[in-house]
Amino acid sequence: MSGTDGAARCGRDELMEVNAARALAGARNCFVGIGLPSTAANLARRTVNPDLVLVYESGTIGSRPTRLPLSIGDGELADTADAVVSVPEMFNYWLQGGRIDVGFLGAAQLDRFANINTTVVDRGPDRPEGRLPGAGGAPEIAANCGAVLIVLRHTRRNLVPALDFVTTVGHGAGPGDRAALGMRGAGPTAVITDLGVLRPDPDTAELVLSALHPGVTTEQAREATGWDLRVAPDLTVTQAPTDAELSALRALKAAGGRAS
Amino acid sequence: MADIRSLHDAVRDLVHDGDTVALEGFTHLIPFAAAHEIIRQGVTGLTLARMTPDVVHDQLIGAGAARKLVFSWGGNPGVGSLHRFRDAVENGWPHPLELDEHSHAGMANRYVAGASKLPFAVLRGYRGSGIPGRTDTVATVTCPFTGEQLAAVAALNPDVTVVHAQQADRHGNVQFWGLTGVQKEAVLAAGRVLVTVEEIVEGALEPRPGSVVLPGWVIDAVALVPGGAHPSYAAGYSVRDNDFYQRWDAVSRDRDTFLRWLDENVWNVRNVREGS
Repeated sequence: MSGTDGAARCGRDELMEVNAARALAGARNCFVGIGLPSTAANLARRTVNPDLVLVYESGTIGSRPTRLPLSIGDGELADTADAVVSVPEMFNYWLQGGRIDVGFLGAAQLDRFANINTTVVDRGPDRPEGRLPGAGGAPEIAANCGAVLIVLRHTRRNLVPALDFVTTVGHGAGPGDRAALGMRGAGPTAVITDLGVLRPDPDTAELVLSALHPGVTTEQAREATGWDLRVAPDLTVTQAPTDAELSALRALKAAGGRAS
Repeated sequence: MADIRSLHDAVRDLVHDGDTVALEGFTHLIPFAAAHEIIRQGVTGLTLARMTPDVVHDQLIGAGAARKLVFSWGGNPGVGSLHRFRDAVENGWPHPLELDEHSHAGMANRYVAGASKLPFAVLRGYRGSGIPGRTDTVATVTCPFTGEQLAAVAALNPDVTVVHAQQADRHGNVQFWGLTGVQKEAVLAAGRVLVTVEEIVEGALEPRPGSVVLPGWVIDAVALVPGGAHPSYAAGYSVRDNDFYQRWDAVSRDRDTFLRWLDENVWNVRNVREGS
């Protein structure tokens, strides 16, 4: 089966979700945001990483949900966990304690250095700021996990030239900024979208297009990015989702509390 | 020892206009019934504290009870925006809503400092974030031992904390389990404490794995309110009503639809069980 055939069998969101799950191969544990990160992490446990320990900020460590939770507070997350801890313990001992390998975040706005805005958006001089949910756990997840993955849909509205507000630092203004701020982990190592995968350039920390999903063109990705997206010299095409990956993803969603 | 009281009387005596009120529950055991009683009694000018203000705070804000919100994430989990919260922040309806905004780690540590009766807590937090520029309750301190720059967050000591628990005994000792969130800290940080419970057991509380037990002498009032967390839930007693959370999006999107909902489900509902 060619990559294009594989892409034809599934939607763009599924390409994003399958590749986000693949990014968790080899990780011991993952601090999971709700929504797309939770879909990816639960799919990883059914495909590339059956032993992945899921950590939810509601206090559950080692959850094994049988269906996608609607919220991080769904009872099944606690019922199936190895341990349930209080929220202060989760943030102080487990996250700040440096015990989490990968933090998996979504974003409303993302800039070229993988900084995130989930606080407010500027809607022009005559209108009040548009209100977003706020930081949640993200600033400290991005600071303290060994590495950070980000998953979001690839649009000019989401991938912007300048954030309206910096909620969460990814790579700041470039190389060395994380170290200067005393942030311990490697920061964002991949941004998985419905068009491809962006990774920080090792020299500049700027996100560059490092892979396209089957059937997507470089021009489509550049057109959907709010900055002048550079393309990695070794640009690749992601492997088409396998039947096993697609059936696991669809089964997860069919049993889940979420529509997407 | 906590008094076992009706919800009506407990709210009347413990929650006053202008108070800072923490209604906590990290996605579980959210005290909806107590919030509705606060709305019914017409309490106003509240500063509401909650790590994750969700549908219950959308209701309190839309009903006009709040002047200010102290929080770290405001949304309808897994569904989308809180439309009443956004309408208050963006358009000042029904009142302008002042915000004191944090990260989860910061809010959790504000309660820890409050429970410890310390003026502040320290964490590695907010680094590079714009959040400290919008609040006066985050600052930087230097570690006296290593010289490391750390974030300091001001203690949060609510006038009143309201939580929902599975069980109390006749002496007002309270036990809750499952996702226990930040409730222990929020209770011990507060000046006054109201706990609504699913059940009052005869005799002693039976210890549950992973439970939090709060002795009755740190609680002012316990009110028996079975189902008092709905549409949230109480592990072992009920399950989360995910359909309600999804339906709330349409109810809350429009002011008139919301006000009709409030009339039918809060204002016109008497606390039948307590006969008040």
